[in-house]
Amino acid sequence: MEKIERRQFLKLGLYSTAGLLVGSVFAFTKTDKEIFYQTNEDLLKFDWGFIVDTTRCIGCGACVRACKIENNVPDTYFRTWVERYEIDKNENVRVDSPNGSLGGFKDDNFDETQIVKAFFVPKLCNHCYDSACTQVCPVGATYESPDGVVLIDKERCVGCGYCVQACPYGCRYIDHEKGVADKCTLCYHRIHRGEAPACVDACPRNARIFGNLKDPNSKIRRILHERRYGLLKPELGTNPKCYYIGLDMEVK
Amino acid sequence: MQGPDSFVFPNELHVTWTVMIVLYPYITGMVAGAFIVSSFYHVFGMEKLKPIARFALVSSLAFLCFATVPLLNHLGRPDRAFNIMVTPNFNSAMSGFGFVYLFYMIVVVLEIWFSYREDFIEKYRNSKGLAKTIYRILILGDVNINENTKKYDRKVVTFLAAFGIPVACILHGYVGFLFGSIKANLWWSTPLMFIIFIFSAIVSGLAVLIFLYQFVHWLRRKQVNQESYELMSKWLWGFMIIAVILELMEVLSISYERTERWGVLEQLINGKLKISYVYLQIFVFSIGPFLILSVTSIAKNLNIKLKNTLIWIASGMLLIQVLLMRWNVVIGGQLVSKSMRGFTEYFPGYFDKEGLLVSIGIVIVPFLLLMLFDRLFPFFEKKGAS
Repeated sequence: MEKIERRQFLKLGLYSTAGLLVGSVFAFTKTDKEIFYQTNEDLLKFDWGFIVDTTRCIGCGACVRACKIENNVPDTYFRTWVERYEIDKNENVRVDSPNGSLGGFKDDNFDETQIVKAFFVPKLCNHCYDSACTQVCPVGATYESPDGVVLIDKERCVGCGYCVQACPYGCRYIDHEKGVADKCTLCYHRIHRGEAPACVDACPRNARIFGNLKDPNSKIRRILHERRYGLLKPELGTNPKCYYIGLDMEVK
Repeated sequence: MQGPDSFVFPNELHVTWTVMIVLYPYITGMVAGAFIVSSFYHVFGMEKLKPIARFALVSSLAFLCFATVPLLNHLGRPDRAFNIMVTPNFNSAMSGFGFVYLFYMIVVVLEIWFSYREDFIEKYRNSKGLAKTIYRILILGDVNINENTKKYDRKVVTFLAAFGIPVACILHGYVGFLFGSIKANLWWSTPLMFIIFIFSAIVSGLAVLIFLYQFVHWLRRKQVNQESYELMSKWLWGFMIIAVILELMEVLSISYERTERWGVLEQLINGKLKISYVYLQIFVFSIGPFLILSVTSIAKNLNIKLKNTLIWIASGMLLIQVLLMRWNVVIGGQLVSKSMRGFTEYFPGYFDKEGLLVSIGIVIVPFLLLMLFDRLFPFFEKKGAS
């Protein structure tokens, strides 16, 4: 009796392991087959835009951590970060972003009883329509993809840092290990296969919304039609397409 | 690193353009300035400047040879440096750099070649062995020299000197434009930057020539040509006045406009740049040489030795002034956070790849090269010796 039970147990175990393996092979390879944007014409159907809902962000820093893991962002550099704004009874403003809020926020800057208003503002590359970084790149390594994402050709970049100077939002940095410029790509490798950028997926509050601005029925267009929003430094004429809902005048 | 009332974007804790980018405009400034001084003689016929015309030209070349060194040291991928000429993006202000630089190099080398051709041929005839071969290569094997060829050489030199003035202005004004056209930077973004850079270039060019001219003659225990030395000092006086006034007017106009920008820059000037800009660049190294040069230019009965020493000191001070100006522009501008809420910090480090030791080396090497050039084509006439 005992022997049969053991045999049965082993059989069962073997079958279920095999089943799990086969199942997971299907599950994990499935997405790879769904690359549906291949030609230039396909890409032209898209214009990727981004919404940051500052009224929803809770400053947990999950987006920053997700971005760092997804894109191998070097320490002390950031493709995205979260800023915290605290305003006290006397209208003093304090802003911070400790280590880009990689570990979230711990203590308040003011005495808690003095704070009258506080909010978080996630930041990332604005993928501007008229981006200053694309304009100044001397070798044409920074360019706008047909689907409206500002990207860097790392095979061509010389690492002069002119784009870092030109970006009004502080979104670029020189990756000293590779000697080239780097910044947010809207997780181009992910959106290319129909997934959302890592930060969007990681956000527990849906404070980050990503979508196709060329699609009149997209969620991003619907929200932009319903809500009031602002842009960062619109006076510089870069025409950013990262839209900030509930943008406060203190945010620059 | 950040105080409670100060905020910089997380990426701004790293200053991207280091002291190397301070040295580049400093060295090209001397290149452009020295060239323009040599053109004063060749084009505008200032005979008094003849004794230093060749020296100015060769100095220009010596600095030019090393102007790109700090840039290459700074590039993240120096191996791809030529991409700037292979795949230029002409929307970028920086993309023309390689072409302007190369073009200017050709003009300077040609001008030197034509103005030294006669000397080279003479040396070729009087030398032996390896030196003879070197001179033979330098003259491209052509020993034909007569009144006609001399006339032709002089014509070409005059043309190149005239043509080189706008090219020198472009070379350096262009560097100013690179900074002035960055709208994201509060401290740089001004159309005046272009003009300020041209004038400060002429100041540094004149200053380095005066400084070296006197210094070399002291070393060799010879007398400088008093007329040309004094003339240069007066030009230096004039140009430094224009340069400093322009620098101050720029800040004044930003200040007077009282926009949001001034609120930030005021803190920069009174904070991080207080010593290097207000005290050193303006008070000590601008007003100081201005007073000294005013005395040497106006006073009639000054002892010549004292006068020359004073001019020499003033030129040395102006060399430091221009270096400080480059530092305050390049580094100062990057200290301001684009969040407009705070300032970052920068110190190059002593022994880093882009640190102080390397910087000092990069500044000294062109002078050593100049010494070598003096062996090859002596620029001070021997008969001027006392």
